[in-house]
Amino acid sequence: MKVVVLGATKGMGRSLARLFAERGDQLFILGRDAEDIDRSARDLEIRGAPAPVGCAVCDLEDRHTFAPALEAAEKALGGLETVVVTAGRFATQEAMEEDPELAASVLTADFTGTVLFCEEARRRLLARGGGTLCAFSSVAGDRGRKPVVLYGAAKAGLSHYLEGIDHKFRAAGLKTVCIKPGFVKTGMTAGLKPPPFAGEPDQVARAVLRAIDRGRPVIYTPGIWRWVMLIIRNLPRAVMRRIGF
Amino acid sequence: MTGWGRYPAVTGLEVQGEDIRRTTAGATLCRGLGRSYGDSSLIPADDSTSRRFAACTTRADRLLAFDETTGMLRAEAGLSLLEINRLFLRRGWFVPVSPGTQFVTLGGMVASDVHGKNHHIDGSFGEHVDQITLQTADGRVIVCSDQQEPELFRATIGGMGLTGHILEVQFPMRAIPSPWIFEESRRIDNLGDMVDGLKEAADRWPMTVGWVDTLARGRHLGRGILMKGRWATPDEAPAKPPPTKRRLRVPFQLPNFVLSKLSIKAFNTLYYWKHIRREKRGIAAPESFFYPLDALLDWNLIYGSRGFTQYQCVVPHTADNGPARRVLDLFRREGGCSFLCVIKDCGAEGKGMLSFLKPGMSIAVDFPIHPTRTPALVDKLNELVIAEGGRIYLTKDAFTRAEHFRAMELRLEAFNAVRQRWDPQGTLRSAQSVRMLGDTP
Repeated sequence: MKVVVLGATKGMGRSLARLFAERGDQLFILGRDAEDIDRSARDLEIRGAPAPVGCAVCDLEDRHTFAPALEAAEKALGGLETVVVTAGRFATQEAMEEDPELAASVLTADFTGTVLFCEEARRRLLARGGGTLCAFSSVAGDRGRKPVVLYGAAKAGLSHYLEGIDHKFRAAGLKTVCIKPGFVKTGMTAGLKPPPFAGEPDQVARAVLRAIDRGRPVIYTPGIWRWVMLIIRNLPRAVMRRIGF
Repeated sequence: MTGWGRYPAVTGLEVQGEDIRRTTAGATLCRGLGRSYGDSSLIPADDSTSRRFAACTTRADRLLAFDETTGMLRAEAGLSLLEINRLFLRRGWFVPVSPGTQFVTLGGMVASDVHGKNHHIDGSFGEHVDQITLQTADGRVIVCSDQQEPELFRATIGGMGLTGHILEVQFPMRAIPSPWIFEESRRIDNLGDMVDGLKEAADRWPMTVGWVDTLARGRHLGRGILMKGRWATPDEAPAKPPPTKRRLRVPFQLPNFVLSKLSIKAFNTLYYWKHIRREKRGIAAPESFFYPLDALLDWNLIYGSRGFTQYQCVVPHTADNGPARRVLDLFRREGGCSFLCVIKDCGAEGKGMLSFLKPGMSIAVDFPIHPTRTPALVDKLNELVIAEGGRIYLTKDAFTRAEHFRAMELRLEAFNAVRQRWDPQGTLRSAQSVRMLGDTP
């Protein structure tokens, strides 16, 4: 499989890229920091990805980097079958309420940036007759909640977009996979107190790989979050207003 | 924050991240998987006005270079031995020196200068390290080796992470004929036979270790099981690579009475007589040969809320085994009883300025902590070890007095001088370095 991963240097993206590498998939990785993605590329080669694992700079907050990065990937891989976006930004609700600049940057990266990157990838995949587009949304997008108002809003928008293109283009051969991780212990959530059923990046990565292989449109991971969110989605507003979740 | 012995515990901030340079910048100390037993990986207790924190390196675990012809490997310091084994055993490579658990990071292996069953031939891990990349207290990134900054290099090997934050480690992996072990074990009646057995096996076997029943006394003192191993040749080894075994986990902290003198005694006797045939030989998986205890995750919880410690020392070898005999005898007389006691003959002293092992016999005993009896027992053992000209292993220690350590470790001054040169402010410290190496709290 020819795979492009945006976000392979950290957290769940790193774990997922390593799973692709260990089964010998051809990889090309994108990220913000040229030196950092280069180090991750070497890691993936030693773990079994066919060398060379190429890399190119791509920043979700700068949409002009999307086309050149995907162009470079397509050229190096000699095609394109799967595009995965695990990158994203996170900040606490309190921090974003106080700092509009921070809020703008999180909203831009997690919604506008991710959607426009997916659009670029969608066009390229469809031009080749289809493939798989996988993006990391979040359980935070399932319902407006006090601790993740802004972050959740961006992820809700992203989830809607991913559902929309899945309906529109699946018949044309483009499978869209929307990943909704619950709380996962990564650098992004370091400093937050892990709730019960917090997941590990490796465990999430294995579930994501299965979902990509099977073309599942939506998965919750760790799996328990599917049931947690089913309850949360169905709570009456009056209850949501009172609880802090 | 605690070490593997779950004693002592300190409250403090621990940060982690994939970017090892940024994560460790400004940290008081690095820690990896926290497998040192006592307070080596803990920061000094905080007065909450200082901004000290520990940097956890386990997310910085990238492989950076591997040469398929020479085996030379370079990786970030947070890479675990578990992961190295998972990736490289089936490709025919193994680390030059492996400690008794896979739950250690490369950085920890350098900082503790770990040793293994092959110490009598290959020395400790630090002997094989080719190059270390370090972030010093002032934030500079220094590459050191035998040629480049050799003094800092020697201080960092076995330096308990106190010379700088270890960012990357480069060392040659060793080609192995198969991913299986050929093992031979023998039931031994007493200490004399055990030491003779280790010495005799030293020439013919690359890996040896002895397990001792600490409750046996008199003419049975030192009875146990002698284990010897080598990598199996391709025609001896099964065709398939060793399977990954499912590991069990101790689900919660067991009550303190579970590990009493009686149950330890029962375990020791059973373990000894399980080896009813005097000699056994056969093919074993490396996992069960090198890391028998890794099969049970969180086994430190067995000791209950008391926590436990390990006392490991090296004493000179004499023809009558006097020093080793006196250590075991004192331990038993003082009421010590150990679930696990390991004895090993050691090779040459390492290049690390504070490396633990030197020629002689290493003895390690595990025991639950008693608030008054344990410090007294460690004091007595230390006085004996000083008299015998031995020393203790910092990685296992939680109770040694500073004056005792200074008496057994004449190299400490030179080590602290190197630290002073690279960290004049004394930023890098651990709870242990404050307790016994003379650092300010």
